[in-house]
Amino acid sequence: MNFVPAIALAVGLVAAIGLVDAAPHSEPRSGYSFLTPELQQLQDDDFANPGLLWVDQGATLWETAAGTSNRSCADCHGDASVSMRGVAPRYPAYSEELGRMVNIEGQINQCRSARQGAEPLPYESEDLLSLTAFVSNQSAGLPISLAVVGPAAESLERGRAFFYQRRGQLNLSCANCHEDNVGNHLRAEPISEGQTNGFPIYRNLWQTMGSTHRMFAWCNEAVRAEPYAAGSQDYIDLEVFERWRSNGLTIETPAVRR
Amino acid sequence: MPNTRIRVPKTAKAGDIIEIRAIIQHPMENGFRLNSQGTAIPVDIVTEFACTYDGQEIFRVQLEPGLSANPYFSFYLKATKTGPVDFWWQDQHGTVTEASETLEVT
Repeated sequence: MNFVPAIALAVGLVAAIGLVDAAPHSEPRSGYSFLTPELQQLQDDDFANPGLLWVDQGATLWETAAGTSNRSCADCHGDASVSMRGVAPRYPAYSEELGRMVNIEGQINQCRSARQGAEPLPYESEDLLSLTAFVSNQSAGLPISLAVVGPAAESLERGRAFFYQRRGQLNLSCANCHEDNVGNHLRAEPISEGQTNGFPIYRNLWQTMGSTHRMFAWCNEAVRAEPYAAGSQDYIDLEVFERWRSNGLTIETPAVRR
Repeated sequence: MPNTRIRVPKTAKAGDIIEIRAIIQHPMENGFRLNSQGTAIPVDIVTEFACTYDGQEIFRVQLEPGLSANPYFSFYLKATKTGPVDFWWQDQHGTVTEASETLEVT
């Protein structure tokens, strides 16, 4: 009786497994393992990790009412340590309301405009970074488990194409560094696998927090390519692909990087 | 007012040497950087930080533009009696940020 749904589910599973088998790194390595011991210590320190300042600020914003509805995130979602635990490992996810893939930043802004009646927060603003860091931090220690079915699979394929596309004056693709030269050095810096399990990250170079899309833009500039806009569909697709590559790595938000 | 994080142990035995930690969220702009339009970003730093224990000053430091963002301090104090540990930061515009935690000495 349940024959047809069972087959559909089985096909879905096979498709998902087929994709997972094709992952470039059988055992993904977190960017953490490429850091100096001093930076690892800073990230592990549950007081001195500078990213926690943003997490604290996010906790305040979580309780702060906003918009015409005069409601806070907590009014709907309650205790974030319960309701938001397990959210970060499965994002970016397909949003029925928007009809496209959204990341955590996009989902926060969707909530703001649809539920709170507030202006969406600008990408890379302190408030959006704080809320994203706070929400992601609730899942710290959980493994990334991105499901790639339906629209997510299409988005993943576009992201994969982006990842292997050579671009910029230096004519380099993401894969030229983050797959072909992992562990080798660019000047003094070891090249990581480019995993996204710690985002938003506190980056010493920036002296502040940065989103996944800021990192993508930074990398694009580094190969002398015109970066895409933060929050654009191209970067969302790339984020889906990157998250899928990170499947199995535990969430480290807020991570500290060079 | 900038966001701060402080850590003072809730309780200590008299005579214990305890670690105090404090961090403030601040960009600490050194004045030498340019924005995307190529104009200089003005200096914006925290200039002073102090800590008092039961009204007595135990730590004071003057900060300069060479410091990285979100200045973090860690130092020690000898627990003698129950009292508040107060933290005080002042930036170059005169904005004062304060935080406090009570240390209970048993």
